[in-house]
Amino acid sequence: MISVALKGLAGRKVRALLTALAVVIGISMVSGTYILIDTMQRSFDGLFATTYEKTDAVISGKEIVKASADGASGVPTVPAALLSKVQALPEVAAAGGSVSPDEVGSADILGKDGKPVARESVSGSYDAEHPQFSPLKLKSGTWADGPDQVVVDAGTVSKQQYEIGDEITVSTLGTKHTFRLTGVVTYGDVDSLGFASIAAWDLDTAQKLLHREGRFDTISIAAEQGTSSAELVRAVAPLVPAALQVKDSAKQADQDAAELDSSMSIIKYFLLGFGGIALLVGAFVIFNTLSITVAQRTREFATLRTLGGSRKQVMRSVVAEGFAIGVLASVLGLVAGIGLAKGMFSLFAALGLELPDASTVVQPRTIVLSIVVGTVVTLVASILPARRATRVPPIAAVREGSTLPPSRLAAHSLKAGLVVAGVSVASVLAGLFGGLSGAGTALTLGGGVLGLFAGMALLAPRLVAPLARIVGWPGRRIGGVAGELAGANAVRNPGRTASTAAALMIGLTLVTLVAVLASSLTQGTQDGVKKAVHADYVVGGKDGSMFRSAEGDKLELIDGVDSTSHVRSDTVIAGGKEQVVTGIDPATIGRFFAFKWTKGSLEGLGDDGAIVSEQYAKAKHLTVGDTIAVTAPSGDKAKLVVRGIHDPKAELLKDISISQTAFDALTPQPRNAMTFLDADDAAGRQIKSAVNGYGDATFHTGAGFAKASTKDMATLLAMLYVLLGFSVLVSLFGMVNTLVLSVFERTREIGMLRTIGMTRRQARKMIRHESIITALIGAALGLGVGTSLAALVMAKWHLPVAIPVQTLLAFTMIAVVAGIGAAVMPARRASRLNVLEALHYE
Amino acid sequence: MQSTITLPPSQSTGSVVSARDVVRRYGSGDTAVDALRSVSVEIAEGRLTAVMGPSGSGKSTLMHILAGLDQPTSGEVTVAGVDISGLDDAELTKLRRDHIGFIFQFFNLLPMLTAAENIVLPLKLAGAKPNRAWLDEVVESVGLTQRLKHRPAELSGGQQQRVAVARALVSRPSVMFADEPTGNLDSTTSGEILGLLRGSVDTLGQTTVMVTHDAHAAAIADRVLFLADGDIVRDLGPSSAREILETLEQVSGR
Repeated sequence: MISVALKGLAGRKVRALLTALAVVIGISMVSGTYILIDTMQRSFDGLFATTYEKTDAVISGKEIVKASADGASGVPTVPAALLSKVQALPEVAAAGGSVSPDEVGSADILGKDGKPVARESVSGSYDAEHPQFSPLKLKSGTWADGPDQVVVDAGTVSKQQYEIGDEITVSTLGTKHTFRLTGVVTYGDVDSLGFASIAAWDLDTAQKLLHREGRFDTISIAAEQGTSSAELVRAVAPLVPAALQVKDSAKQADQDAAELDSSMSIIKYFLLGFGGIALLVGAFVIFNTLSITVAQRTREFATLRTLGGSRKQVMRSVVAEGFAIGVLASVLGLVAGIGLAKGMFSLFAALGLELPDASTVVQPRTIVLSIVVGTVVTLVASILPARRATRVPPIAAVREGSTLPPSRLAAHSLKAGLVVAGVSVASVLAGLFGGLSGAGTALTLGGGVLGLFAGMALLAPRLVAPLARIVGWPGRRIGGVAGELAGANAVRNPGRTASTAAALMIGLTLVTLVAVLASSLTQGTQDGVKKAVHADYVVGGKDGSMFRSAEGDKLELIDGVDSTSHVRSDTVIAGGKEQVVTGIDPATIGRFFAFKWTKGSLEGLGDDGAIVSEQYAKAKHLTVGDTIAVTAPSGDKAKLVVRGIHDPKAELLKDISISQTAFDALTPQPRNAMTFLDADDAAGRQIKSAVNGYGDATFHTGAGFAKASTKDMATLLAMLYVLLGFSVLVSLFGMVNTLVLSVFERTREIGMLRTIGMTRRQARKMIRHESIITALIGAALGLGVGTSLAALVMAKWHLPVAIPVQTLLAFTMIAVVAGIGAAVMPARRASRLNVLEALHYE
Repeated sequence: MQSTITLPPSQSTGSVVSARDVVRRYGSGDTAVDALRSVSVEIAEGRLTAVMGPSGSGKSTLMHILAGLDQPTSGEVTVAGVDISGLDDAELTKLRRDHIGFIFQFFNLLPMLTAAENIVLPLKLAGAKPNRAWLDEVVESVGLTQRLKHRPAELSGGQQQRVAVARALVSRPSVMFADEPTGNLDSTTSGEILGLLRGSVDTLGQTTVMVTHDAHAAAIADRVLFLADGDIVRDLGPSSAREILETLEQVSGR
């Protein structure tokens, strides 16, 4: 029996391949994710190993607050005097100091347009006396030696087409200098760190440029022969002051790798989530395709039964077909995943997140997982169709036009659909408003949304007829009789149309959810910013980061500047957790920023006071007069008294704000998140040109600031669209499949239509409109469910919903185009049918 | 044997369809089979012509070629004054929708359309508006006035074939082809459908060509053509079922 199934499959290669493609995409996303993550990890592991290759221990500043995207002001530096003391120890074979600041914009290499050539920059020193401690290797030329010489990484050199001897402008911590390029370097073995450029100088020059006269960022130590790393650390420890630490370099490398691991895991699960969605849609498509082929092969199954095949054997033959398709799809998906991983590297690069080069890593785990998941998903999707095939009675073999008996579930689909949808909506509501824990919320919410898809798929057959009437209207208007026939065809098998549309619905629901949320949040933030901020000009950090406060101070001196107010920002530890704190000047902030007080006010903020957001106050049960303990990045501790609670509509000031004086006392190198300025137009132009030269700051007009505050959202949205686009693509294969099978099933009917005067054009149009109607049903369901879910989420956040009408119209247009695209091949088949053969087709 | 048609060429008199020296060859080289070998025939206007013959005699092939569904390998076919050889698919489709009506053995109605919608389908495909009076006349003549809102699944076989007849008549074709119109019906219903066909020839002057196995069906024709091995071997006037059966036996037994 199983060999019958496999032979049957071989006889329908195109169909088998089309069916398999539905799973291929999901699996390629899963395998692609693992390949991407493994490859990234290997390349970073390589970098870490390089960094500490010849080093046994490292002295560096204690990292109180972990540097995050929000940026911490860095760690204490190491006094140069410590180096000679370390070198004098008998356990030490060699020790060298190096400069390698963490700060943003420490060495931006500027291109001809005056803008940095890379998103981020890495700066460093090369100590000719201790070359073994540097991760940099010289590829060509000579090391920089002297105040006017620099070496640059090979990636940047080849991208910018620099030649040795060229003059290169580098902005170090906001100051521009011109250097002569003397050498090209690699970091370990890699030519480029991807998104960051590297510039390095000799030690003296680096210390001067990077404001580290007489100081280092790290001292690297190699142990004397016979001394272990642990012994070395024990020997060095007494020399190290409290703000600094000495660490075993192997441990340091492990720690770096572990930190990276956790951030990689987030990316991994994020991407796997989208792969899972594509697989879910693929399962729908497979289920639908197998259901249709089982229905079409009714006579074949009946014949097998009359020849003595048991129900079990029939079942097994269908499941075997599913299994074969699953294995085929998984293998194809795995191969496609390698390509996809490369594509994702390019995608990240296009979004400005280039990654270090490394060869592609395909772990055995990736192979096994892809094949098992793909095969299991396909098998599960084939079980219901297989069960239906067993219900074909042998007598169907001899009856003209026998059809599959209706599914036993079909009779209960309305009730079941209502129950499933109802329970799912309840689960979503519980997840949103039930006040459950993080994991509980995720579970009820995710389960609810999945259940909602299932419920909608069960209800969809009932919705197909009315929806088809509505969305088929344009087709009837412009498609004439072909459009009318298409509308009638779309509803003649509502279950089939419904599950084809449901596959598209899943992708479109999620895309719509994301779009409506993004639009609402964007609108909400922009409105909030517009209401809160009244300034002629606002200077912000680059990419939502910070800029050096000295640069903000310089702007105050520009002629025509009426008034300014700076908002400092840094990460501290508050209540045991990392927390971004803003520093405001109570005397001037009121001119630019409108507070909405719930309790207390800015009065009496003083040097020990804090104002907190209402949200934070609620979460931490704080009220005016309570105290918050904070630890600054420097290690300094302070106690803050809550003097006011306000309710910001946009997250410009962070949850905790303190006075600028108190802030500057806590952080040795304060940086600004924003500087507000009131000034005339001429001064505005001057501010703009000054800010453009800073490298780490961005200039906004007061009106443009609101829009700029949501720029990151647009980037995130673009990425989500791409990832969800894969699911939409999968459902497209489902539409092609259904149409091909429908055309095949209606061969004789199409032959008749052609005989009584239907032209090829009309035949194509008929299939195309049927496809468009199916797509539009999917779009109507997806847009409806997605918008409703988004509205619920916004209701939870007590924020108004902003429906992005244009975007939703664009999604509808995309659905139409997808419908047209899916119909190309089936329509061609229908129009090219040999009329005579079709008429005699059974 | 040679077909003995002695009517003048198609242009001059009441011949709606004419075939001259039509050959239809399937395959090529050693495996080539001639389904039709040099057939010439004229179908007279306003008459009911039956085409009979044993299986494989070429009667279906002849009908397909006369109806513009298939092209002859050689020879000339004229339908309503148009030479169909060399017409492309679009031109053939136009010819069919303007001049030809079809009735099939298995009715071939669209299941999702009502009887009325099925009947006017050829007009809609041609982008024409149905003439109300004509439509009523056709519907009445096939006796479907009470069944127009029904879908095929709600109609008996005989009623479905009535819808098919009405569908063929509605565009006033130059010629109507019926392919085994009673092949899927019981004898009583067959009689009704045959009466309908005969009636449309007599009262509407509808030129009709009917391919059939059934001698009783052929007996209502004005002329009965017998095919065997790709040739017209007999050409009788109105004949009784017994005469037809005997002739059929003779031509089959050759």
